[in-house]
Amino acid sequence: MSKSVIRVSLLLAVVTLILALAPLWAGRSDLRLIGEIMAYLALAVLWNLLAGYAGLMSVGQQAFVGLGGYMLMISTVMLGLPPLAALPLAFVLAGLVAAGFARLLFRLEGAYFAIGTWVAAESVALVFAGIPALGGGAGMSLPTDAVRSIAASREMREFVIYWLMLGLGIGTLVGAWTLIRSKPGLALMALRDNPVAAVSVGVNIQRIRFWTYVLVAAITGVIGAIIFLQKLRVSPQAAFSLQDWTVAVIFIVVIGGIGRIEGAIVGTAVYFLLREILGDYGVTYLIVLGVVAILVVSFSSGGIWGLIERRFGWSLMPTARRMTDR
Amino acid sequence: MSDPILSVHGLNAGYGDFQALFGIDLALAEGSLLGLVGANGAGKSTLFKAILGLLPRGREAVTFAGQPIGHLRPEAMLRLGLALVPEGRRLFRSLSVEENLQLAAQGGRRGDWTVERVFDLFPALREKRHSPSQSLSGGQQQMVSIGRALVANPRVILFDEVSLGLAPIIVNDVYAALPAILQSGISAIVVEQDIERVRRMADTLVCLNEGRVVLAGPSADFTKAQITHAYFGG
Amino acid sequence: MAYVDAVVQGILLGGLYALFATGLSLIFGVMRLVNIAHGDFIVLGAYLALVVVQATGLHPFASLILVVPLMAGIGYAIQRGLLNRTLGPNLLPPILVTFGLAVVIQNGLLTLFSTDTRRLAAGPIETASLSLGPISVGWLPLATFAVAVVLILGLELLFYRTAMGRAFRATTDDAEMARAMGVNTRHVHALAMALSFAVIAIAGVFLAARSNFDPFSGPARLIFGFEAVIIGGLGSLWGTLAGGVVLGVAQALGAQISPQFQILAGHLVFFLILAVRPRGLFPRME
Repeated sequence: MSKSVIRVSLLLAVVTLILALAPLWAGRSDLRLIGEIMAYLALAVLWNLLAGYAGLMSVGQQAFVGLGGYMLMISTVMLGLPPLAALPLAFVLAGLVAAGFARLLFRLEGAYFAIGTWVAAESVALVFAGIPALGGGAGMSLPTDAVRSIAASREMREFVIYWLMLGLGIGTLVGAWTLIRSKPGLALMALRDNPVAAVSVGVNIQRIRFWTYVLVAAITGVIGAIIFLQKLRVSPQAAFSLQDWTVAVIFIVVIGGIGRIEGAIVGTAVYFLLREILGDYGVTYLIVLGVVAILVVSFSSGGIWGLIERRFGWSLMPTARRMTDR
Repeated sequence: MSDPILSVHGLNAGYGDFQALFGIDLALAEGSLLGLVGANGAGKSTLFKAILGLLPRGREAVTFAGQPIGHLRPEAMLRLGLALVPEGRRLFRSLSVEENLQLAAQGGRRGDWTVERVFDLFPALREKRHSPSQSLSGGQQQMVSIGRALVANPRVILFDEVSLGLAPIIVNDVYAALPAILQSGISAIVVEQDIERVRRMADTLVCLNEGRVVLAGPSADFTKAQITHAYFGG
Repeated sequence: MAYVDAVVQGILLGGLYALFATGLSLIFGVMRLVNIAHGDFIVLGAYLALVVVQATGLHPFASLILVVPLMAGIGYAIQRGLLNRTLGPNLLPPILVTFGLAVVIQNGLLTLFSTDTRRLAAGPIETASLSLGPISVGWLPLATFAVAVVLILGLELLFYRTAMGRAFRATTDDAEMARAMGVNTRHVHALAMALSFAVIAIAGVFLAARSNFDPFSGPARLIFGFEAVIIGGLGSLWGTLAGGVVLGVAQALGAQISPQFQILAGHLVFFLILAVRPRGLFPRME
């Protein structure tokens, strides 16, 4: 292991420890905010793997967040399982649905794949809106006894959910970093840098893309289950929101730096900073984000982190060497 | 000797971070034929792309008819009188033979060469004028590609490996058209692997090796052995 | 009888979907670009027509005299100023830029026009219908269908019979060679986008005359247009019309089963086509 890797790992461990102790030093609303930041960090890291590395421009990730949210309801209300059992189930359900969609959507050429994923998400949303047992279009709340089974006190429940989100955020970040540094990750890097050359050195593009898509979807499902465990209520609009689960995430990654692990961290920070500043101007905030994203793509395709990297030669989370970076 | 119609001065060019040409100097006298030889990857096609502006190059790096043209966009070149017969022919697949020629005629200069005159030069094309360009034989496609350069009434044509992938007898047919083309006042740079053929045809020879000029001068001055030696970078 | 009626109405609805799809199909054909904001631009066209109608008192269809050139100009400017620089081997940048545009347009329209639903009053033609035996066919849907057919016919002529179309096709085949042949490909790309936006303007006015719209009506239009393109087969405008018709009929029949099933039925047909005929019903032969 190189020195820089050890240094970054230590830094990460310290930050994680401080955040894990947040129930001791942070207020209720701060805890919620950090939890939300962690959920978005995880979503951003995953979408970055998908679009930035595997070249799969999905605008339909809300399908899997929503599936996770609904799995929570299905497992507690219909199957009578404890809420936390929904997490592995959401993983399986989202993964299976993604595998099914991948077989069809991967037939669409590059950019049309994007809209295809959107249609897929819309279809899943329509299906759930049509199931009366899950509240149809109005949605439903998590039953009180199910809520109580997480932990006895409200405070403790919030701590548990917070730790879950923290674990997910940091876990996804570290997982993605480890993946990129591994052997299959090297193929993913090759794919990002030069798809044509990647094929010629024996990378099976379709297989790598398939498994990236399915794995990302499965973990996105788990995130969805935790997000709605915190919200305690699921409706088709909220669960399958393009705005909340995909638009925001795309902006985070694009602004932070697509195809760079650090991009997701920087982007998440910028996103929440902008939101705290412009939060009172909901619409303006989105317009500003849209314009910034357009400018970033047009003038600095590596996002903010790309600029920093080029300017100072920094690399916070060193990955294996870059093949060609144009 | 009069001023060259096309000259290249200290040209550096490449793809992204990869530099393929280093300080190329070259001059094409009006009405003459320059043979450009070199192994695969020596930078011949790259040189053509850089001359035409399909790769970035400096303003002063290329001079045409006395004017620097290194700052102009590639779409301006045909109108100036600089045409390309590309390697691999690259006909527009969804255009018919006639449309391929019309497109170039529209983008080029007015003059004696018309679509009809191209059909006079290559009679085989006349009956195929409405056929999709991909339905033609390799030799016929090469005729369309040369015709595409001619109808633009250029002052200079850059020929890139016109013999590639053609049967020897067809190559002779294609090159048979060259004297008529030169007689109409057009100058040319010809890239060709057949060194003996180039030496016979060309007034001047330039040999590239790994992106640098390693041999240049009147073709009569060199023996085949000298050229071959330079070609392999000895 | 209800099903026969649904099929007829579905076919005519397909005309509107073909209008949504044609502009999308056109720019994909010329430069492999997918405009995620396509539906939002259709809605922008509808609002533009609304403003023109309110300001001038023109009939909605007459407003096209202004709306079409205005939208075409916007399309040209966006392509030349923004999208051309993102075109290249990497597919993500143009998608991301148009994605950003979609969000900006939606929220911009929201700021200017609020969430109120609007409609363009087209007068008696809105309700007038033609009786064909037991089935009655609205004049407006009929007119929409006719416009789609005429538009596609016109575009086919433009592509295969004019110098501009020749330049479009040459640029699609081999942009680098087209430049060497004197074609200004950046201008050609911008012209293709202008043409796409002219169709968008027409689609927007017909959408506004036929149904309510609000700042967030765009994405659904993009999706219907996209489904029509894929069902019909890439690269063929007549295929796109056929795709629109198939989608319209699927939705109309779905609505017969249950109103909630209307949109989902369209999606299902889309996935069915992907499963059994991934190149669409009428792909252009290579």
